[in-house]
Amino acid sequence: MAHILPSAPSSLLGRFMPRSNLALARLGVVLALLALILFGALRYDGFVGLFNILSFLKFNSMFALVALGMAFVIMTGGIDLSVGAAAALASVAAAICSTYGSAAGILGGLSAGLAVGLINGVVITGLRIQPFIATLATMLAANGSALLLAGNQSVSIATDNNFMAIGLNNFLGLPIPVWIVVFAYFGGWLTLERLPVGRRILAIGDGEATAKLMGLHVERTLLGVYLFSGLMAGTAGVILASSSFAGQPTEGIGWELIAIASVVVGGTLLTGGVGSVGATLAGALLLGLVFTVINFENGKGWISLSSSWQPVIRGLFLLAVVVLQAKLAGTRRNSP
Amino acid sequence: MSALDTAPSSTNGGPVERRLNARQATLRFLGRYGTLLVFASLLLFNVVFTPNFVAWNTLTLNLTQVATVVIVAMGMTLVIATGGIDLSVGSVMAIAGALAPLIFLDRIVPIPSHTLGVALALTLPLLAAALCGWFNGFLITRYRIQPIVATLVLFIAGRGIAQTFTNSELQTFNEPSFQFIGKGFVWGVPVQVILMALVVLATHYLVRRTALGRQILAVGGNEKAARLSGIDAAGVKRLIYVISGVLAGIAGMVVVAINNASDAARVGTLMELDAIAAVAVGGTLLSGGRANVLGTVLGAFVLQLVRTTLLANGVPDAAALVVKAALIIAAVWLQSRAERI
Amino acid sequence: MLLSMKDINKSFSGVSVLRDASLEVAPGEVMALIGQNGAGKSTMIKILTGAYRKDSGSIQFDGTQVDFSAPAGAQAAGIATVYQELNLAPHRTVAENIFLSREPRRWGLLDRRRMRAEASRVLARFKLELDVDRPLEDFSAATRQMVAIARGVTQNARLVIMDEPTSSLDEREVGVLFDTIRTLKADGVSTLFVSHRLSELYAVCDRVTIMRDGRTIGQHPMSEISRVELVRSMLGRELTAFATRAKDEARGSDLPVFLHAEDLHAGTRVRGVSLQVRRGEIAGLAGLLGAGRTETARLIFGADPRDGGRVAVEGRETSYREPVDAIRDGIGLVSEDRKVEGIVPELSVRENMTLAILPKLRVGGVVDRTRERAIVDRFIKALGVKCSSPEQPIRELSGGNQQKVLLARWLCTDPNLLIVDEPTRGIDVGAKAEILKLLRELADDGLSVLMISSELEELMAAADHVTVLSDGQSVAVLAADELSEERLMTEMAHQNEIGSEGARAA
Repeated sequence: MAHILPSAPSSLLGRFMPRSNLALARLGVVLALLALILFGALRYDGFVGLFNILSFLKFNSMFALVALGMAFVIMTGGIDLSVGAAAALASVAAAICSTYGSAAGILGGLSAGLAVGLINGVVITGLRIQPFIATLATMLAANGSALLLAGNQSVSIATDNNFMAIGLNNFLGLPIPVWIVVFAYFGGWLTLERLPVGRRILAIGDGEATAKLMGLHVERTLLGVYLFSGLMAGTAGVILASSSFAGQPTEGIGWELIAIASVVVGGTLLTGGVGSVGATLAGALLLGLVFTVINFENGKGWISLSSSWQPVIRGLFLLAVVVLQAKLAGTRRNSP
Repeated sequence: MSALDTAPSSTNGGPVERRLNARQATLRFLGRYGTLLVFASLLLFNVVFTPNFVAWNTLTLNLTQVATVVIVAMGMTLVIATGGIDLSVGSVMAIAGALAPLIFLDRIVPIPSHTLGVALALTLPLLAAALCGWFNGFLITRYRIQPIVATLVLFIAGRGIAQTFTNSELQTFNEPSFQFIGKGFVWGVPVQVILMALVVLATHYLVRRTALGRQILAVGGNEKAARLSGIDAAGVKRLIYVISGVLAGIAGMVVVAINNASDAARVGTLMELDAIAAVAVGGTLLSGGRANVLGTVLGAFVLQLVRTTLLANGVPDAAALVVKAALIIAAVWLQSRAERI
Repeated sequence: MLLSMKDINKSFSGVSVLRDASLEVAPGEVMALIGQNGAGKSTMIKILTGAYRKDSGSIQFDGTQVDFSAPAGAQAAGIATVYQELNLAPHRTVAENIFLSREPRRWGLLDRRRMRAEASRVLARFKLELDVDRPLEDFSAATRQMVAIARGVTQNARLVIMDEPTSSLDEREVGVLFDTIRTLKADGVSTLFVSHRLSELYAVCDRVTIMRDGRTIGQHPMSEISRVELVRSMLGRELTAFATRAKDEARGSDLPVFLHAEDLHAGTRVRGVSLQVRRGEIAGLAGLLGAGRTETARLIFGADPRDGGRVAVEGRETSYREPVDAIRDGIGLVSEDRKVEGIVPELSVRENMTLAILPKLRVGGVVDRTRERAIVDRFIKALGVKCSSPEQPIRELSGGNQQKVLLARWLCTDPNLLIVDEPTRGIDVGAKAEILKLLRELADDGLSVLMISSELEELMAAADHVTVLSDGQSVAVLAADELSEERLMTEMAHQNEIGSEGARAA
């Protein structure tokens, strides 16, 4: 791959060809998603039905949001284990605040998520503690706070205002959570691809020391990224509370790892420096779709795959992706 | 810069003997002995304020509760010493815990002899756990996948595998000879506490006395130097993940034996976090090259004692989580600060 | 003058590394900066770029007195630094790397079109036509360096500092880099060029500043100084071909050959190295930095894969895939960089010392403490390692004592061949003499030693013969009676003038 004076491939074909192995892997994820959809559409009745699509999207909206926040954190070379617990805490906070009105409920949930993100950012950049340990601790703290706030049980949301509309209503034919995902991912894409800060986030993931040499504000950017991850977890929490009519202090366990898996499947390198918003969405949907396909397959009654196969198949997807990534990285390393 | 000409009197003097100011000295002291200090003051607090704290029952209860965490945390300490991490321990516990009753309940194949059944139930799950560990190590050394991602695969898939074994059903049983590992007593001491003690001693011995222990620390401390000294770094890592898997397997079987039942959905959940927390509080930096085995035990004890203390004084379990979080941050921060002096 | 640094002093924890050093660069000039390791070149550069603060002295840049406290300040003032590898983001595209932190915007959004166009325009100035949307890592080292230079140019740099820019480039790439430097020169941009390859200095530089031991000892137009003079003033030797020690007559060609390496190749750094080490002799391996000495040693030891060539040990052809294979044949390597490849900092002196012999100390998997202790005590005493106890962490020892422990790590395995890479680097004079004496004694007892060293005096004092590398090739083998500093310098300075023919004949 070493070419000192490569002729720029500006042919039409070149424009649409993936520019790197990782881009190829990302394209692979999108193709796999499309293939699975096609498979489902051909095999099952009602698979591409409006009801199924909407409920699938709605159900997976929370995971998609958390994965988006996680993707940004991972692009900087960090990790955020606290997202699941932060979402649970946010759902409880939203449920409690919802008695003061729907705006209060939303605000309460988002602030809870932001607070967790703020603590993460401060501990990581201020105390210089590794993101893994720092967010492990905030995960415990958020989990504990959620249980304390909720008194160890789920907290009903107010039903006398339109807080529950977030989870129930449609807008222009799409459930509101799906709109939120659309906006969040559009914002994420805009930030990453079209704003200078997006390029800087990736540059930090490429190497913090280098980024500093290039004159970037590393600490400030990292703080922002953890705040964003907290905000996404908070949003997921609000949706959780609204759509399940309750704040769920014990939900969210393991979300962080599912989110990491989605991000990795989406071709974002865990070492940082490379990432894609769109492929993260594809990764999250792909992992979610596995579950739906299993349900439909069981519905056909030929075989009976219990839902416990879902994590197994998710794990296999993750395995396939990371091994593929490692092999691609290997060929890159070996090429002169 | 020949520092050590002056050194016999000062065993821990730096290359240039520096005078630490009072603040630095305090920091260094807290970095080293902070966890011990917290442990001692917690003990003291309980002895004074908690009713019935000084009792054999309290001791055995706490030890039984902490035993599985310590067993898993021993493996985690070794893994972290090589510069890795093992997120899959909880799922491996579930796998081993699901397999064991299936074997002696003859759910897999009918086993003619009852004794043989129990014997197999005590060994085959460990083999499966070892296989899981080997798989982790294989991904990490063969494909150079970061440990956190490599072990994430089994973290996600492992529990599912355990559930498919049991069809997601709760497996209850009554098999005293198997349950001995979770409910038995030897000279009044619970068997799992004895198991814990054995595992701790073995790990301590491994790190301190064996060639493998030395190689683990060398690989985690400077992999390049280790390789140039003829150490098979990949082999060492693979072995360590196998050990971590086996220890998780043991813990999983103990949990199942205590409960008279195996619930693949619940055995070992969040164990990876408890174990990592114990290691971190116990003073083993996550960057590798060190293995403070007894520190990890102390870390696990402190986290357990925090919980007991708060519970005994009417503070809910949930609040203990928040305290735990603060403790982890404080411990790691102190240690890394003390490191930089 | 564009840049004039005068009377710069700098010391680290009491050790003085720059003593009244000075450096001048005229507008549009390409200035070479040379000196051995530890001469103070990189400290000088770091002070200029704001990575370090000077203790005293003055820096004038572009007519104003400056004192940068951070790299960003120097960048803003018009000083761009191109490091070997570290200063760009490999996964980002070429265009992004050029503009990171100063991206062109439109309504707050990245103006990608303008960024792309401007990046292409800047690169075109260096006759470089790249797909600026490709990640930087897709390109060769030379192109990456050019991109770094382009980044500097877009920051309106008046001075570009290149720190050993050619060390990982092949000839063709070096040519492109030189064209770039000439383009800069034509635009009135000055270059400060650090390199150890003398021929390059003559090819592209106008003047040269020579540093030694923290001082600036000379500044000459390139056209007025010969290679040998250059090497001499860099190493600081008077050219008196003084007699070294009396060589042992018995030692010589009648000893059996232990190691024979022939025509080794690996990447761009080793391009035809042949050498021999006989039993019980110290073979020297000389060459300027970047000549391929360390790489050759690693090939022989099985630490890096080789592309071609043969290595025979006691007449048997070897194909070591890992260091452990070489160790089994009784070969040890004390590497050049103690910190990165030598010590395991957290482990004690004892544990570090017995790392390589561990397999032999194992009894049923357990380390035999008594034997271990005996070995450690013996070698601490024999080598005079100064430590408070064998249990002291090795990171607390001085460089010389760490080196002794690392030597002991191999000596206790009773090796047949010990490869030592710069065994006395960063060690005080007393310890240096001790280590050389020790190597000599060991050789007299039958150990074969392959010693890599930059210090000619050291080679002359210790080696029975010296293989000289230049530019990845062995260019000469000098027997003991041919060894003189002048001869060594001449061979080291000569680059690609005589083919590698001469070396193989010897």
